[in-house]
Amino acid sequence: MKKQLITLNINGEDMDLRIAPTDLLVDVLRKEAGLTGTKKGCGQGDCGACTVIIDGKAVLSCLTLAIACQGKKITTVEGIADHKTGEMNPIQKAFLNHGAVQCGFCTPGMIMSSYNLLTRNPQPTRTEIRRALSGNLCRCTGYLLIFEAVEACAAEGGVL
Amino acid sequence: MAMNKLWEVSNKYNDYKDYTREYTEVGRSIPRLDGPMKVTGKLQYTDDLTLPRMVYAKLLRSPHAHAIIKNIDFSRALELDGVLDVLTGKDFPIDYGIIAHSANEQVLARDKVRMWGEPVAAVCALTEEIAEKALELIDVEYELLPVIVDGRDAERMANEEGVLIHEDKPGNIAHQGKQQYGDVDAILAESDLVVEKEFYSSQYTHAFLEPQSALADYDVHKNKLHLYATCQVPHYTHQQLAKVLQMPMKDIRITVPLLGGGFGGKGVASTADFVTSKFSSRIGRPVKCTYERAEVFATHQGRHPCYMKFRIGFTKEGKITAVDFDNLMVGGAYMSWGVVVLFYTAAMSHIPYVAPAAKFAGRRVYTNTNTCGAHRGLGGSQPRFAMEIMMDMAAEQLGISPLQIRLLNAVESGHTCRNMMYIPHSEFKKTLQTAADNSDYENKRGKLPFGKGIGISGGYYISGTSYTLYLSYKPHTVATVKIEGENNVVLFCGATDIGQGADTVMAQMAAETLGVRSEDVKVVSRDTEISTFDLGTFASRVTYATGWAIRRACEAANQLLFPVAAAIMGCRGQEVGVKDYQFYSIYEKKRKNVDWHEVVEQYISSNGPLTTSGQFTPPRRKGIQQGGNIGHSPTMGFTTQVAEVEVDLYTGLVHVVKITEAGDLGQPINPMSVEGQVHGSIQMGLGNALLEEMRYADDGRLLNPSFHDYKVCGTMDMPEVEATIVESYDPSAPYGGKESGEGPIQPTPPAIFNAVYDAIGFRCTEQPLTQEKVLNYLKSIGKNL
Repeated sequence: MKKQLITLNINGEDMDLRIAPTDLLVDVLRKEAGLTGTKKGCGQGDCGACTVIIDGKAVLSCLTLAIACQGKKITTVEGIADHKTGEMNPIQKAFLNHGAVQCGFCTPGMIMSSYNLLTRNPQPTRTEIRRALSGNLCRCTGYLLIFEAVEACAAEGGVL
Repeated sequence: MAMNKLWEVSNKYNDYKDYTREYTEVGRSIPRLDGPMKVTGKLQYTDDLTLPRMVYAKLLRSPHAHAIIKNIDFSRALELDGVLDVLTGKDFPIDYGIIAHSANEQVLARDKVRMWGEPVAAVCALTEEIAEKALELIDVEYELLPVIVDGRDAERMANEEGVLIHEDKPGNIAHQGKQQYGDVDAILAESDLVVEKEFYSSQYTHAFLEPQSALADYDVHKNKLHLYATCQVPHYTHQQLAKVLQMPMKDIRITVPLLGGGFGGKGVASTADFVTSKFSSRIGRPVKCTYERAEVFATHQGRHPCYMKFRIGFTKEGKITAVDFDNLMVGGAYMSWGVVVLFYTAAMSHIPYVAPAAKFAGRRVYTNTNTCGAHRGLGGSQPRFAMEIMMDMAAEQLGISPLQIRLLNAVESGHTCRNMMYIPHSEFKKTLQTAADNSDYENKRGKLPFGKGIGISGGYYISGTSYTLYLSYKPHTVATVKIEGENNVVLFCGATDIGQGADTVMAQMAAETLGVRSEDVKVVSRDTEISTFDLGTFASRVTYATGWAIRRACEAANQLLFPVAAAIMGCRGQEVGVKDYQFYSIYEKKRKNVDWHEVVEQYISSNGPLTTSGQFTPPRRKGIQQGGNIGHSPTMGFTTQVAEVEVDLYTGLVHVVKITEAGDLGQPINPMSVEGQVHGSIQMGLGNALLEEMRYADDGRLLNPSFHDYKVCGTMDMPEVEATIVESYDPSAPYGGKESGEGPIQPTPPAIFNAVYDAIGFRCTEQPLTQEKVLNYLKSIGKNL
């Protein structure tokens, strides 16, 4: 299909990208924008590895057409660290320090869902955390240390 | 030289940490060293890599489970703009397989397909979209054959209807074996109690999040191949690539970027590895192939379903007298790890208990279902599921507690099994008692209200294997350490980090012996050219085997550094210890320490570069017969789990509330990593128990090749876990540590099944324990609400 040039705002930067109208956001992020932090685990909206934040909502980028994201603010795992220093976001540090990362393939999606939860609900209960992450599959960790990381991040001042 | 000899004598003293256990790096819960790259999204997995001029490959897969390929016409595909090349089975006349002796897997099917989703052709094109479009333009003419889906039909359909999946395998029997240790029939006839039961363990898959991917870069000027692949056994794949592509091994280099999970499923070469390599060699451009999720399911290579018949004899006190185990193992379409898994089920049927006599008869049959292979807890999970339920049945019939019957039969350190397998170290009893105490098992068992229950199960797993498949007798693993002022410590090893955190643990072990900080050790691994040889990640061998190689390499370096330090300190070499970058006297605290960097500089200035190596091969044992060598291991880890469940009497849903776990894994190298392994094992075991099963239509199509239809344990399903590492130290192990990643998956399903029995009296023997089964049972006793 014929490609066209569109502008997407990704992690606070306007990027001119060459896409087809049928291109999915996950593929555009990974192949056109070079942001391979967003992972593709199933391509069917089941695993959550491709989760990004669009205008404040956690969204599955494998079910989202890139062309429909014009004029919106897209945040990926590469965009939540401190823009000036590159220092990790507190949720990233919490995942690291609480053993919430094993193979790391679900991690970007998990972190984006957790980040989004904490921006909406700075003091979530364990049940709220389970619900917020229920669209994200992890096959290594058994989730419990991920819950602990989110709780620790909330207790230590949150993501902002 | 004289100094070295002196040190060799003093080396005995410098192993003092083995008894003082004054570890500074081993035992630290450090975050994994690749963690910052992972949480920021910077880490590049195979599919994240891009090379200049890279193009894409896609596979055409069979829609039929058993069919003759009459003709493949790909002329229309080749005409499509942007298509560069097409391959079919004719381009791959040589079969491959992880076990060289029984290799029968085709890269692309040649004459017939034997399972749904088997690759029959491959297209290489400028984009994935074009490649996908080209797949639709390939015309394959199939002649359908009768399909065998149920493993119990395999022999009958061969004998009565002449349906053979592999023409050279009469009866569709891939492999069979028998073992007999003692006169089991006679012993059972004289036993006070014989428990007899049949079980079915289901086919479930790894479901790692990262799909298989391969990126081949063939240099047509030098005729050299560089393959980036999602592989947990790069050196085996190295051998198989050389064989299939007819290339010298020296011209092939495999680099494994970090893996997004493996669990055994990446313990085989993938079609993508071969196809991208071949394409790249033909067109001179880098070629990438990444599987869709449905292709990951089709590839499977996971848990073998087993139809198991057990007879176990007991004395009236509850001591096991003999174990008789008949196993019909359903293999799917090809061999994969089949022979190994079959004999592992035999070896692993009775441990962690003492069985004075044992008998095994097993067959692995071919079916037109997706090929089974290695899956976390290989060969152990199936018989463990059966036997742990039978231990409860025996306890009930003998009027003793399930905990007591396990304590009575538990193996202890220094036990030689009936099949000559040796268990150097076991704290299994401690795990039983700890898990029971922490869950208040004895006070809850049988006393909870209808619908609530508690169940216990033991488990164990090997820490490596003495007998492996690699076609040579070279050392199983090698580690090399390079020490220099500019780079501190660079550790070259062959361990393949599949997500479990091997790279971090390797750094910790090197740092422990060298007396440096783990964070400062650079680990170079997962590359067949620049890192060292290692058999790969399977059989929970990495920490133990690579650990010994690392320890020996680092001790060899210390052997060179200690005399230099001793000379500066003015003491004897045997007095020197090292930690926190300081050489010190292990006897005299007053003696002035010497800085590690200073000693390294001194050594290199006067002697030259400092690079040392170590190796490890597990010892073999004499007197092992009847295939009992498969499963033999240098040591074993043990674990006990207690599951607490609530059964919803309206819906039949089994809700696992809590798992209380106690593990004997020796000295934990990184306790936080261990906790993660235990949680992850329980999560996977829970899926095995309650949720997961690959289901087939009558025509052999896999019905649930997606996470939508194949449910794995999610955040809402995961129970609370209380995990305890019991005090344990295995003196045969490097730094005292044993396996911790495969043992803890074994007890989860039987503990849950036993808990459901305690809750509602349902003695289910077939995985998974679905709502439907529970509801039917509740209806049958008139208890559903």
